[in-house]
Amino acid sequence: MEGIYAFSVGLLTACGVFLTLRGRSFSVVVGLTLLSYAVNLFLFASGRLKLNAAAVLGRSEQYSDPLPQALVLTAIVIGFAMTAFVVILAMRARADLGNDHVDGQVPKPKPPILQKGNTTHKAGGGQ
Amino acid sequence: MQHLSIFPILIPLLCGALMLLPPFSKTLQRQRILSVIGTFALLISSAFLLHQVMMKGVHLYALGDWQPPFGIALVADPVSTLLVTLASFLGFAVMLYALNDHDKGGAYFHPLFMFQLMGINGAFLTGDIFNLFVFFEVLLIASYALLVHGGGKPRTQSALHYVILNLVGSSLFLFGLGIIYGTLGTLNMADLAVKVGSLQGENATLAKTGAALLLVVFGLKAAMLPMHFWLPRTYASATAPVAALFAIMTKVGIYSIFRVYVVIFGDHAGELANIATPWLWPLALLTITIGTIGVIASPGLKTLTANLVIVSSGSLLVCAAIHSAAATSAALYYLVHSTIASSALFLLADVIARQRGQAEDRFVRSRPFMQPKMIGFAFAICALAMIGMPPLSGFIGKIMILQSAHTTAESAWVWPLILVSSLAALVAFSRGGTTMFWRHNGNSNNDVNTAKPLEIIAIGLLLVALPLMVVFGGDITDYTQNAANYLHDFNASAYDLLPGVTS
Repeated sequence: MEGIYAFSVGLLTACGVFLTLRGRSFSVVVGLTLLSYAVNLFLFASGRLKLNAAAVLGRSEQYSDPLPQALVLTAIVIGFAMTAFVVILAMRARADLGNDHVDGQVPKPKPPILQKGNTTHKAGGGQ
Repeated sequence: MQHLSIFPILIPLLCGALMLLPPFSKTLQRQRILSVIGTFALLISSAFLLHQVMMKGVHLYALGDWQPPFGIALVADPVSTLLVTLASFLGFAVMLYALNDHDKGGAYFHPLFMFQLMGINGAFLTGDIFNLFVFFEVLLIASYALLVHGGGKPRTQSALHYVILNLVGSSLFLFGLGIIYGTLGTLNMADLAVKVGSLQGENATLAKTGAALLLVVFGLKAAMLPMHFWLPRTYASATAPVAALFAIMTKVGIYSIFRVYVVIFGDHAGELANIATPWLWPLALLTITIGTIGVIASPGLKTLTANLVIVSSGSLLVCAAIHSAAATSAALYYLVHSTIASSALFLLADVIARQRGQAEDRFVRSRPFMQPKMIGFAFAICALAMIGMPPLSGFIGKIMILQSAHTTAESAWVWPLILVSSLAALVAFSRGGTTMFWRHNGNSNNDVNTAKPLEIIAIGLLLVALPLMVVFGGDITDYTQNAANYLHDFNASAYDLLPGVTS
């Protein structure tokens, strides 16, 4: 169980970091959301993973630490509010700046690399 | 009074919440009145708290009477109350300035301002590291909205960067907290400090990772070198009152660095003792360097001020790196000085920008000022203070920092960098001031844009504090020395905050 759990947290974090480093605001927002999911899972695991252990004393043989669950709850609420804000801000930036790049400007297409015999290849992108 | 230590959080919270309700939410005039009353009450109660702490010592406030380390505790100690008083004073002065229609640029300026103050005060007062995260988020979400206040392209653009960076920072903060809770099983800062010394082996390595993550987060807030790129553009594009209030935001990061890496991961942390120091040294020195380069390269007064904020952050980080009571004392004095001076300069930059029409705050030839004497005088005071020239508090602050560098190696690095950064500030201010005040063309603008009385009072209030810090320099340095001793005394800053736990 621990292995799968750690793997999923790591995968979510890796995807989150990758998407956060992208140039467009939509993927950055999705990346931030993935990061906050990873954080929530991670915080939950900081009280150790246990099966059949309630967070209330006397309900089961074993009991689990209730504090990480409270922390996760706080983190979820805060993360939700922040995501809502950043979505609105990204839309506002799209309206104000005229494009959806985080830097506020469309990167200039790179000069095409001269390659013999490959006329279909075009370097760079743009919109 | 028993409940005095929670007032700096409760007053802005209640005022901010009230302003969203009917009698206040409709008219700006009522919000303004409530804001002024609120910030004034905040100033008075923080001053009382400061007085009480000076008389009776540290006050531990257990929220809901849950005893630490189990519940959340507020710790009103000499360090936190000094900063709370500073924040309240700044809030009051900046609010006076904002009343001159600077609050009309968007809805909810006043409630957001209050929530921002609440977050800042809470971050200073709290004794629980997860609660610190929560107050960080409170002050951040208010600052996100305040930053776009007034609208416009550059603001939206810099706000997007600022928000994304800080959201990543919040995630890292939570990762760090998760690791620290997982290894130490507590979140109370004093309890963490007591328990961290017993960590060994793999747990120590894990906790080290957590502590390093926290340093990244606090470094982001404090504009430490690799994480400082957001600051100049953000501060230069914000409206004047917002930028002036943000002057204390980097100090929240600095304060957290002092609190976490002196008290928790300080000398008593066993395997983790002083883990931040080897990182802080190069980063602090490089922060000063990059800030100095920015100061020389600044095209306008707002950018110049923002870069000076980076330089002051670097100087404060140097104090954290030196890691002695004398350095902490110097840092506290310099922190108060640099916050007030840079805040005044942000406000003054706005007055200057308004009177120069198209040229705004850029260092180019432009029309003359409407009130050249007053603005020139205020600019000179600000410049002298920021550079660190003798009659004002910047000089004493920098002298204290230089004196706290004891060993030869420390002095060899700290002295030249701080002195060269002062020289760069001197050059930049002389260049900018000469251009703005002595090189004119055309006639002065019509009298619409003169500084209003309230704005003059606000800037005056901040500027008067600078010479006062020199006049009462002896008392203030005694106080900061006391506060620094408290922070470095492990029994006072850890065991005394945990009733029931003895060394």
